[in-house]
Amino acid sequence: MSIGPYSEKVMDHFMNPRNVGEIDDASGVGEVGNPACGDMMRLFIKVEDNVVTDAKFMTFGCGAAIASSSMLTEIIKGKTVDEVLTITNENVAEALDGLPPAKIHCSVMAEEAVKAAIEDYRKKAV
Amino acid sequence: MKKVFFDHISTTPLHPDVLDALLPFFVGQYGNPSSHIHEQGQLALRAIEGAREKVAGLIHATPEEVVFTSGATESNNLAVKGVAGAMKKKGMHIIVSEVEHFSVLNALIPLINEGYEITYLPVDRHGLIDPEELRQSVRDDTILISVMHANSEIGTIMPVLEVGAVAREKDVYFHCDATASAGHIPVDVERMGADLLTLSAHNFYGPKGAGALFVRKGTRIAPLQEGGFQEGGLRAGTENVTGIVGFGKAAEIAMDEMEEDALRLRDLEQQLREGLKNRISHIHFTGHEVSRLPGHVSFWIEFAEGESLLIYLNINGVMAASGSACSSNLKAQDEEDLVASHVLKAIGVPSDICTGSITFSMGKWNRPDEVDYVLEIMPGIVQRLWEISPSYSDYLKSGGVRR
Repeated sequence: MSIGPYSEKVMDHFMNPRNVGEIDDASGVGEVGNPACGDMMRLFIKVEDNVVTDAKFMTFGCGAAIASSSMLTEIIKGKTVDEVLTITNENVAEALDGLPPAKIHCSVMAEEAVKAAIEDYRKKAV
Repeated sequence: MKKVFFDHISTTPLHPDVLDALLPFFVGQYGNPSSHIHEQGQLALRAIEGAREKVAGLIHATPEEVVFTSGATESNNLAVKGVAGAMKKKGMHIIVSEVEHFSVLNALIPLINEGYEITYLPVDRHGLIDPEELRQSVRDDTILISVMHANSEIGTIMPVLEVGAVAREKDVYFHCDATASAGHIPVDVERMGADLLTLSAHNFYGPKGAGALFVRKGTRIAPLQEGGFQEGGLRAGTENVTGIVGFGKAAEIAMDEMEEDALRLRDLEQQLREGLKNRISHIHFTGHEVSRLPGHVSFWIEFAEGESLLIYLNINGVMAASGSACSSNLKAQDEEDLVASHVLKAIGVPSDICTGSITFSMGKWNRPDEVDYVLEIMPGIVQRLWEISPSYSDYLKSGGVRR
């Protein structure tokens, strides 16, 4: 079911978010926030042999923020760290069949969260 | 699925009697009131003047003081820009409250660019201005005070009698935006001391696209558009006859039913407020507890975002509103437009929390079982959002300490 400017895919990921939760022994954690609307996204990743084997998230935010978080976790699972670092907000938005212009920042938050999580992983790995 | 409309502050359903009254003016009686030499034109003119009497009666004005417009936005623009244009020689200072509707606040922007100075009166945590602060703000060059009657987002009713008294004492025009209040609570331009007052038909069971500006006789005001001489020369253009006839009927009904409706809505409001308070922790009600619109309940819930709440409510058949930027500006073109509600910021709600604001506004045909239904589904919706919220997770882990 699409609602207003949200695609069916956005609504599906909002209503049935994939990979919600926390990873206790996460390899990396990325947390980003948007002061303009108060949204906050926390991404947990598990990395084994340079591959993201698990990803979970917790998000406070609107429908687009929750859907972007959910889609992001689906996209990054099974990818190598280098592949994950090439993921852009456009990739997340496209995978959701688009976001309204005013909600593009939610996909940007997802891109920033995954970059922050990888940075945290690399710091811990040193 | 049950459908519950709790967004009467954005618009109300058309009253069936209003529909019956206006329909003949789409077909059959389709004359242009400016062509009143012939029968069709006369019918339209008489209908408009009849509606003008009824709208005037609703606010205790005379019919000659009612100018029909396309709605509240046009009325607010006409009031603010019209007075500014006509009074420029006397002064270029205007006073408004911080919580006015954007059709007042944004109408000031071109005036600021022209050199007008604006004083924005702050409000307290309930959304009330301080009349004494208003008195202190009036200067020799002040030409207009614009303070709304009731705020649509938080429901607070302003101390307009005191505002009017200050305006009269200081000999300054007083414009009152009564969009949210007219037809729901008594509006008396004489008691209020208002020189200009904005009304909107669809906010009290009339049609959309019909509004009015009360302009007290003798008030100096310039029109915004050039054209014919309709509406006393203040609003050129062929009148929206059907809208105006419906507006008049809605005003007539409101005069008969307002008091009874308000009593019923106060009961529903109490039922909803108490129910939410008892079922949901971390809930914060906004607006004034007593001086508020009947049937209006507004609040924010910690760790739960407004748009997400609204979507879940909608999926469950409940239609409500949010003061949240993220929900109210879905059509915004970029992130720059996503700012927290100016009303919530003005009453001191932190901007990152403003996004959780919800407004339930009930109307004439809402029933107690609809309130029960909302109370039944709300805790589950809130819990679902809390379970996904990182700040709620931190809150639980810390044993009840906020980050």
